[in-house]
Amino acid sequence: MTDVPLSPASETLLRHYRSQVLTRRVYSVIGVLLVLVALFAAMNYANAANSGKFFDRIPYLFDFLKNFVPNDPLEIFRAMFDIESPYYDGSLKYDYTSDRHYLTESLYIPNFVYQLIITVNIAVVSTIIGGSIAFCLCFFAATNLVGAGAVRWIVRRIMEVLRAFPEIVIAGLLTAVLSIGPIAAIAAVSLHTIGALGKLFFEVVENADMKPEEGLRSVGATWLERVRFAIVPQVLPNFVSYTLLRAEINVRASTIIGAVGGGGIGEVFRLSIGRDHAAKTYAIVILLLVTIVCIDQFSGWLRRRLVGNQSFELGRGAA
Amino acid sequence: MTAISLAERSRLEKKYPEVFRQSFMRRWGLLVGIGLTLLYLVFCWFFFSVGPALQNGKWDRAGIYIQDWYSWRAQPRLRFEDGAVVPQWSSRGQYAEGADIDWLTPHDDGSMTATFGSDDDRLDITTSQVDVYVDGAPWPVTITDDGAFAPEGAPAAIEQDGRKVVVHYGFAGQAEIRDNQVAVQRRFLGWANFLYDPRSPLWGNDLFDTVGLIFTGHGQQVLSEWLGNRAWQHADILAKLMQTLVMAFVGTLFATLVAFPLAFVAARTITPNRAANWLMKRGFDFLRSIDMLIWALFFTRGFGPGPIPGIAAIFFTDTGALGKVYAEALENVDDKQREGVKSVGASPASVNRFGVVPQVLPVFISQSLYFWESNTRSATIIGAVGAGGIGLKLLEAMGTNSDWDKVAYMVLLILGVVFLFDNVSNAIRSRLIGPAAH
Repeated sequence: MTDVPLSPASETLLRHYRSQVLTRRVYSVIGVLLVLVALFAAMNYANAANSGKFFDRIPYLFDFLKNFVPNDPLEIFRAMFDIESPYYDGSLKYDYTSDRHYLTESLYIPNFVYQLIITVNIAVVSTIIGGSIAFCLCFFAATNLVGAGAVRWIVRRIMEVLRAFPEIVIAGLLTAVLSIGPIAAIAAVSLHTIGALGKLFFEVVENADMKPEEGLRSVGATWLERVRFAIVPQVLPNFVSYTLLRAEINVRASTIIGAVGGGGIGEVFRLSIGRDHAAKTYAIVILLLVTIVCIDQFSGWLRRRLVGNQSFELGRGAA
Repeated sequence: MTAISLAERSRLEKKYPEVFRQSFMRRWGLLVGIGLTLLYLVFCWFFFSVGPALQNGKWDRAGIYIQDWYSWRAQPRLRFEDGAVVPQWSSRGQYAEGADIDWLTPHDDGSMTATFGSDDDRLDITTSQVDVYVDGAPWPVTITDDGAFAPEGAPAAIEQDGRKVVVHYGFAGQAEIRDNQVAVQRRFLGWANFLYDPRSPLWGNDLFDTVGLIFTGHGQQVLSEWLGNRAWQHADILAKLMQTLVMAFVGTLFATLVAFPLAFVAARTITPNRAANWLMKRGFDFLRSIDMLIWALFFTRGFGPGPIPGIAAIFFTDTGALGKVYAEALENVDDKQREGVKSVGASPASVNRFGVVPQVLPVFISQSLYFWESNTRSATIIGAVGAGGIGLKLLEAMGTNSDWDKVAYMVLLILGVVFLFDNVSNAIRSRLIGPAAH
């Protein structure tokens, strides 16, 4: 390369370009440094606040796994399907049979499968309830359908609060009133679903094509008719896709809520890991893993059929 | 409207058969779907036995719990001792020793007056008789050794319950008159002793006085007394909130840092090695599919309660989730820029650095910010499982069933933080990828 003498105009251009690049780099470096400082401060803080210190505990992290081995691999499957254990000594640890849920004299549902059914049902019911309410609310939050600013503002704030409200508080309040059970979990997950889906729904509605709506307006259709025949057909595939995505998230949410008093597999899991019941714990982990993978695959397949691949690029982080 | 002739009708039917002869599913599919969903909900009603649970619910307590969110109760027992009325406070007493209480006035003859809102609603308490004033009208309740007895014709607010008399004053409170004591429950709006607890030397100063104190150079003392509030435990709650935020921040940041290089391995277009792609993607799926609850409980066993298990749980789940998202973004990049960089003889590392990273970086950062936001929320709940942080504090406060005001305080703190972070991350996202893209 040879140096070509630049014209004065190009010279100025180059100088400005270089100074901009420099500013940019300085900002980038400052930004990265700030994040790093925050990170180290946060890590120090976390380490100080924890009851076991990170570097003290790291070598022993897997000690608990070492003692956490079932007597033989088959034990896991015995625990999973409530089959009597040869190691049964009267303790809870090897007692797999007493929690069977009998349908008839001899036919039973294994306890963990039953708890899993409860958890999945909690998720499905809350998705249905939350999704329906979000469906009704979302049209009132969309700029292109509701002229009144106050209505829109209120509906959106309601959704925001529902989204941010800690689920355990709703669950805890209802647990105090209704005693421990799945209703608290359903209410907590449903309310959160209203907020999360409502936001995604109204954003879809706002991006809808308004031409069909205009057509209906020109023949004198009421607001309800316009929404029903112009907007809903356009947005329904996306709505269904988001709802399915939410159902996946809700299965996980209902597991966690279960662990803090909602019942279902989460509670059983917390108890079994807390009491060192190795075989039972592994059985639950496997069941949960299989269930979640199956549900993810199924809903992914359904979504791909409904809206094509674009469903995997939209609204990813709106959890 | 003009009627359509028969010929016209059959012509239309022939021309657009798909409009007039729709399949069964197209016609009735929606209704069938709604019907099945309703059936399923009815099934669940019985499966979860919702009916009995709602019937057995302690709904009267629910009202009290909700009121406790925004108001507080003073509940002294006014005991009859040697002809005098002596107040006795529970351990959660909200008044300092010997403080003047404006609604509870002792008199020289040993009697006592408790007012509920106004002078029309009050109790004049002596050891032999309690004059209950409801809307200005006096109703003398006589106290004997057998119990307390309401007069004939007393209004509904005065209720004879066996050997005791219960007086209801609505929101302002209630009183239970027995043969040896009057248990008063007086309710006030707001949170009691939110600034200083009764043992603090600053007790009694309201917000206005506090501002004054700060400006007269007592800021240090105000802060330490406020943080040291024994009833509200501000210092502890704020520290726990900080732990929760740290969990979300460090967990997401680490997940981002680890998922970033791994996603390059997982992306088909970047690493032309099917086996590596496949392995990495299944690895992401595995991390993602193990529930955050499982990770949290596992690491709580490993590290003991505190923010580290929370960080680890978020880190492992989100490395999987972010890795998957990143790999998909990398597979969708525009190939032209890479070719351009490659055509001038750049090394593979430079191709990725200058041909790929500038395209995907804004998307990556925006996704990480989304995860950060949502993790701020989920860190609360993992904490409740045992990882520590404000979640555990919330669970403890709810467990006592009498600290609902503290629950409300923590909920407000969490809501405030979540809104703040929403706005911060929205602002960063808008600057990165333009306001239209999120």
